[in-house]
Amino acid sequence: MSGKRVVTLTINGDQTEVLCEPRQTLLEVLRNNLDFTGTKEGCSNGNCGACTVLMDGRPVVSCLVLAVEAEGAELRTIEGVACGSHLDEVQSAFLEGAALQCGICTPGFIVQTEALLAENPNPSEDDIRFYLAGNLCRCTGYDKIVRAVQAAAEKRQVARSV
Amino acid sequence: MATADKPKYKVIGTRPVRHDGADKVTGRAKYGADIKLTGMLYGATLRSPHAHAKIKSIDTSKAEALAGVRAVVTSADLPEQGDRIVELGEGAANMRHLTANVLARGKVLYKGHAIAAVAADNIHIAEEAIKLIKVEYELLPPVLDVRKAMSAESPVLNDDIRTESVGSAPASKDSKPTNIAKHFLFEKGDIAAGFAKADVIVEREFDTSMVHQGYIEPHNATVFWNTDGKITVWLSTQGSFSVRQQTAELLKVAISNVKVVPTEIGGGFGGKISVYLPPVAAMLSKKSGRPVKLVMSRTSVFEATGPTPGSHMKVKLGATKDGKLVAGEAWIAFEAGAYTGSPIGPACMCVFACYDLPNGRVEGFDVCVNKPRTNAYRAPGSTHVAFATETLINEICEKIDIDPADFRIKNAAKEGVRRVDGPVYARVGMVETVEAIKNSEHYKAPLEGKHRGRGIASGFWFNCGLKSAASATVNPDGTVSLLEGSTDIGGSRTGIAMQLAEALGITAEEVTPTVGDTDSVGYCDVTGGSRVTFATGIAAIEAAKDIQRQLIARAAMIWDVDASKVSYSDGGLHGPAGKHLSFKEIAAKLHGTGGAVIGRGTSSEATQGGAFGTHCVDVEVDVDLGKVQILRYTAAQDCGTAIHPSYVEGQIQGGAVQGIGWALNEEYWYDEKGEMRNATYLDYRIPTCYDVPMIDTIIVEVPDPQHPYGVRGVGEVPICPPPAAIANAIYDAVGVRMHDLPMSPPKLLAEILKKES
Repeated sequence: MSGKRVVTLTINGDQTEVLCEPRQTLLEVLRNNLDFTGTKEGCSNGNCGACTVLMDGRPVVSCLVLAVEAEGAELRTIEGVACGSHLDEVQSAFLEGAALQCGICTPGFIVQTEALLAENPNPSEDDIRFYLAGNLCRCTGYDKIVRAVQAAAEKRQVARSV
Repeated sequence: MATADKPKYKVIGTRPVRHDGADKVTGRAKYGADIKLTGMLYGATLRSPHAHAKIKSIDTSKAEALAGVRAVVTSADLPEQGDRIVELGEGAANMRHLTANVLARGKVLYKGHAIAAVAADNIHIAEEAIKLIKVEYELLPPVLDVRKAMSAESPVLNDDIRTESVGSAPASKDSKPTNIAKHFLFEKGDIAAGFAKADVIVEREFDTSMVHQGYIEPHNATVFWNTDGKITVWLSTQGSFSVRQQTAELLKVAISNVKVVPTEIGGGFGGKISVYLPPVAAMLSKKSGRPVKLVMSRTSVFEATGPTPGSHMKVKLGATKDGKLVAGEAWIAFEAGAYTGSPIGPACMCVFACYDLPNGRVEGFDVCVNKPRTNAYRAPGSTHVAFATETLINEICEKIDIDPADFRIKNAAKEGVRRVDGPVYARVGMVETVEAIKNSEHYKAPLEGKHRGRGIASGFWFNCGLKSAASATVNPDGTVSLLEGSTDIGGSRTGIAMQLAEALGITAEEVTPTVGDTDSVGYCDVTGGSRVTFATGIAAIEAAKDIQRQLIARAAMIWDVDASKVSYSDGGLHGPAGKHLSFKEIAAKLHGTGGAVIGRGTSSEATQGGAFGTHCVDVEVDVDLGKVQILRYTAAQDCGTAIHPSYVEGQIQGGAVQGIGWALNEEYWYDEKGEMRNATYLDYRIPTCYDVPMIDTIIVEVPDPQHPYGVRGVGEVPICPPPAAIANAIYDAVGVRMHDLPMSPPKLLAEILKKES
């Protein structure tokens, strides 16, 4: 297919230019053209949330965004959640709380949780379950994921109040 | 909660952070679809739009001519298999059926059946090329109902299937082909005499729909067929060695020519054992000379991998008025899908497995229908039959006015009880799981409110042993590198590392576990049958003992004493006159005393004693909509010894929620043409976190004497009780008994309206 476009993206703080076809999704370009394979593909139609990234601060399923639509966007992927070699509160809460089994949905859950906590630093259990309902996990039954999000929110609150 | 005296362990029972955790929360973990090789091509698969048709012709010429297309394959590129049955580690497979499932031969037997595949420079070209392949079909009537498929008038799917009656001589090849591939019959005692003693008899018919494992990661395979004939397969799988063997058999090459490199795996639940893509990618690679990656779409995962069967069951139970089961009878028909191989055997063995049933008769049928070839799904076959038996048990309890927990305790399977299919139980924990529920805060708490109800149900799974291998190398800094071959779906590498650490007296963090490829580690059977923590754990413990023996020899050499004077305990070596070397100290001396110490261990003889669980659920029914809300859930399970309690809880919680999805919503919804009309996550709809509450767990520990630390597999049992427990709770809430899964809003509402009128 002709008509390739150059798209300029800022990914986890770094500006990058990528040559892509208009029919390529943001997910495909992240994974195949740019090797950001931490963002996972589970369904390609926006049902499972495994490919969630933050686009200008808003969580989107990257399989439903064309790469050309992301021109000029500020993206945050799972690779940009940790600060250098330090895991952030959400990541460490998932680890300490055993909130993952196979781990394929984990990047999407962590990114979606980052958006939740940015919007609502002190969510109730119901808030958490509602906000994460677009992210499917087939292994955990969600119990430990919800508890990890609660633990991360608390940890972040404590860190802020110090 | 421990129900048995627990020995004190240092590592076992603690909750270390898993070794692969950092990679999985940062996106660094490599799953199957993340593989990218130099010169790699991308593949796409042409799939049948029809459920049942003859293939008259396939024309791939236009696809081959498209710029960017490097190879096209059809079943003509795969070798003929003839009549071969091959043992694949967890059951045998008919190779003719296996190869026809990989790429259709002459006939398509379900919508989504793979017909041809293309490798191209990118996925978009491959998908365009697929549309250029012309297939001429002769449509045949689809066979979609298990009972109709059994009738003499039904169209027959496979001309080489005749009923195989287990324990009887094979049917003559001259006899007429049929859709009934297998027939099981188990009998114990005298059922007529048994039912004659019964004061109450209940008999009901049950139906369940086909459901999918629903793992989030689609099937994938990247294969490179090198010029020297060596084939390397990168993929996510539950069994690297099984993939090696299936791929080699399907391609008719030596297994030593196939190397399987397992990546991280995004869920399996039984569905990632059978091979679909590797032989196809291998042929595309052979033709193109390049590595080829194939990844399934979500719709193909639903339509063309191996869900668990739908079923029709008739079950009858009799009990005396003082609450003793006297007889049981079951007739069970499972949809095998396109080819034989449903878990009808295990279903027949599980149907009365929770109870001490003196007289029983179980008959089962494996029936081909125009749906995908079914495969294992978490305790295969057991959830279906638990739905039937466990709802009948509660109906009996109501009729004779006895508490369902007390009834289960009174009739529970225990050590020495013989199952209807023959085996006698060793020490098992059925009674303990029911007692745990009976004594739980949940069961004792009053349940108030309109249209609310409580139900309990139990479940059983055998758990297996099979074969595992591990090796472990002592590093100079006193740590150990553990290599094992069981692909890790839910944290098992940490559970295995913890057992090695316990045996050596070091910490879990001092062991680095790696899941090896088929050229670097000894043979391991699949990650299935709840066997890995048990059997690969034993292999790791054996490797630790081997390390101890070698370290004893080194210490004897250093101290210049006879090895018989040296012992290993508490993480160190002890010699005469108070001589002592810690593990760390001896590890630092290995280079100067003979080099590397590598422990090796295998497990092949050990078998597990079986595991039980009992669940309690509170529901609220919306009587206007027929929708069921889960209010509270508690699951008790005998785990023998919990190695890493967090991951044991996680298995129970995850299994329970899969069971909730099966109970209330999930089903393959077919139209009359045999097209699955809900082949997306949105329409199939597995539970989301908004659908379920917290899942409370009670870990019951009745150690299995066949494992050094008492492990019982934990993964499969928890999916068995939920549908029956929820059905029992619905009855308690609104007074209707459900006999059809899923108990979705339209079906429940219909029953509620029927009762009201």
